[in-house]
Amino acid sequence: MITMKNVCKSYKVARRNAGFKEACKSLFHREYETIQALNDVSFTINEGEMVGYIGPNGAGKSSTIKILSGILTPDSGTCTVNGRVPWENRIQHVKNIGVVFGQKSQLWWDVPVIDSFLLLKDIYSIPDDIYQNNLEELQKLLDLKQLLRTPTRQLSLGQRMRCEIAASLLHSPDILFLDEPTIGLDAVSKLAVREFILRLNETHKTTVILTTHDMQDIEALTKRIILVGKGRILLDGSLADIKEGNANIDETVAQVYRSYDI
Amino acid sequence: MKNMMRKSFKLYSHYVSINVRGMMQYKSSFVLTMIGQFLVSFNVFLGIYFMFQRFPSVKGYSYSEVLLCFSIMLMEFSLAECYARGFDAFAGMVRRGEFDRVMVRPRNEILQVLGSKFELTRIGRMLQAVVMFVYGIMNSDIHWTGSKIITIVFMLLGGTALFTGIFLIYAALCFFTLDGLEFMNVFTDGAREYGKYPVGIYGKRMLQFCTFIVPYALVQYYPLLYLLDRRTSMIYVFIPLLAFLFLIPCYALWRFGVRHYKSSGS
Amino acid sequence: MNKYLSFFRLRFAMGMQYRMAAFAGVITQFVWGAMEILIYTAFYDANAAAFPMTFQATATYIWLQQAFLAFFMAWFMEEEIFDSIISGNIAYELCRPIRIYNMWFARSVANRLSRAILRCFPILLIAAFLSKPYGMSAPSSAVNFILFLVTMILGLLVTVSFCMLVYVLTFFTVSPQGLRIVFVSMVEFFAGAVIPLPFFPDKIREVLELLPFAAMQNVPLRIYSDDLSGIAIVKPVALQITWLIVLTGVGYNLCRYAEKRVRLQGG
Repeated sequence: MITMKNVCKSYKVARRNAGFKEACKSLFHREYETIQALNDVSFTINEGEMVGYIGPNGAGKSSTIKILSGILTPDSGTCTVNGRVPWENRIQHVKNIGVVFGQKSQLWWDVPVIDSFLLLKDIYSIPDDIYQNNLEELQKLLDLKQLLRTPTRQLSLGQRMRCEIAASLLHSPDILFLDEPTIGLDAVSKLAVREFILRLNETHKTTVILTTHDMQDIEALTKRIILVGKGRILLDGSLADIKEGNANIDETVAQVYRSYDI
Repeated sequence: MKNMMRKSFKLYSHYVSINVRGMMQYKSSFVLTMIGQFLVSFNVFLGIYFMFQRFPSVKGYSYSEVLLCFSIMLMEFSLAECYARGFDAFAGMVRRGEFDRVMVRPRNEILQVLGSKFELTRIGRMLQAVVMFVYGIMNSDIHWTGSKIITIVFMLLGGTALFTGIFLIYAALCFFTLDGLEFMNVFTDGAREYGKYPVGIYGKRMLQFCTFIVPYALVQYYPLLYLLDRRTSMIYVFIPLLAFLFLIPCYALWRFGVRHYKSSGS
Repeated sequence: MNKYLSFFRLRFAMGMQYRMAAFAGVITQFVWGAMEILIYTAFYDANAAAFPMTFQATATYIWLQQAFLAFFMAWFMEEEIFDSIISGNIAYELCRPIRIYNMWFARSVANRLSRAILRCFPILLIAAFLSKPYGMSAPSSAVNFILFLVTMILGLLVTVSFCMLVYVLTFFTVSPQGLRIVFVSMVEFFAGAVIPLPFFPDKIREVLELLPFAAMQNVPLRIYSDDLSGIAIVKPVALQITWLIVLTGVGYNLCRYAEKRVRLQGG
């Protein structure tokens, strides 16, 4: 179970005006601006739930994911993931989570995918039998058979994403964070990824938290969405709650963003 | 504890092997970079060679003695650069957001950063150092004893630790700023370039700086005096090991940096 | 011509942005210079008679070298240019109504200028106030100073045109990285960046002085420090001009040829 209660996080950002004179001034004296990335954020996600975490750029999505995965310490508020405070015992915590950053690769670029998997086996200290089982299952479900012997750099984006997802699941995590997993994928790959995530959630009861800009991902995968904007939770419910008549989903979400002036 | 050490070592060897296999995909580039590494320090060697064509000795050190000094320093540096290149390239890792990936894996951060890069091309430099080392030994009239050989081993160990510490400081600073870290070159490339001569020739102030602030002299000047029979106390054999103490503040700074990263997220 | 000028301006403004880097660069260069001077002091103590230049001239040479490092260092080349050739993005550049060679040339000069201008003054200033003979001497005369400026610009242009040759050769090689390392190491050494040319053994020096590498930092720095003066200036300056013409000529034509090949083979 994941709970976040009254979490706040702000950043200091150096600011300066344009112009040469200003530039020289900033050499000696800097003005800081405080940006409230998360402002009193609270929610609970149960085991086996699948949640879409959406919001416009800069809304605080990635700050939330970073806090939940133990990378970031909030200014105030409490947060527990399976009874643990993520940032306090990082190593114990991250053993049970898997993270897919859609824009960054975790596979070694120049070696066959299977080599990266073997390294991950060592990194997570996965016992042989569990590794074999997981690998076989992932290989079947994600259709990786042909890909494992290929160096990562020779894979297409869709193929690579399938391998990335598999890489994040080798250690059978209870919770999976997916950060824009379908970005840039073609239609076939998108469908394959979505279908796999559904299946994973069904069979392993893995908790999935998905951030995306692709509303079709949300429609296909999650019943529950948490919508954030300007560091606050604007909506925690289902898509049906905000959908008006026959408006398509992108229009609906855009409408919500606009109504909150973000 | 012992089990953990063994597992860490196994993981690190795995990292090394994957790095090397990756590099072998680009054999020609690997060879050429290695040659390049060789050439760059060969330039420095030629510089020394031509200077000694003109001057028979500097501050009482002969050509072969200087070569011995330079080659040991170069070996220490190349070893550190070879396996701690992950710190040297850490600015890019932070900039590309790859450190987040390190943070979501259940292993020590330093081990993962070290594993992220293993720069085998530094063999080029190492090779050059070894050639000079052999030449230096053959042409100097050092009377070799067991304790002198141990001194050299300690110099290599201590020096590698020292340079690793400096790379670690550089990486830790990357957590705070990516701007203007060029000045750290003074302590890495600068030390490699100017460590070619025994620190003593740069004067008393520099010697003090290199003893107490950034302790290059511990792995270069003082043990060298012992090798060249200018000092006879056995203390000089063990002085290079003091350089390991330098790692303590470096590690503290790194921890501080990671804490800062966790609170600023960038 | 105007478009190259605006390109030049843009690059220049971009280079000026990195102030922190400049500040760090100044410190680095200053330490570098100080260390060099300490080394030469030690050698001077060892045998003053063997010194090929006066100590003052050597110190001046070193400070100028550090102050104007960005002008003459061969390794200061542009990643972006290499990348655009290797990745094939160069095809886009070919669509613009600009000569690639000229554009890159303008860009390189601008980069080096912006980098040097931010960094040279603090170093020169500190070096000027250092006690004799470790600091930098003032130019011996107005003529000397003008000659220094002219030959420094010539030296900068020769350096850039040599780097241009490396960029252009990238079109024709499988390993640009290797090519670059070999060329850069060669320039560094033969140009007098590791030790000034006068410190080389005479026979080697006589040959090196005819090569394009000697037309880079060697001439202006030695003119300023009065190591080269009077009639002895004529030959190196003539060589500078000759090499500039030869290198740009070869580079330009090779570049045209490479462009044609890219067009034919689609990069």
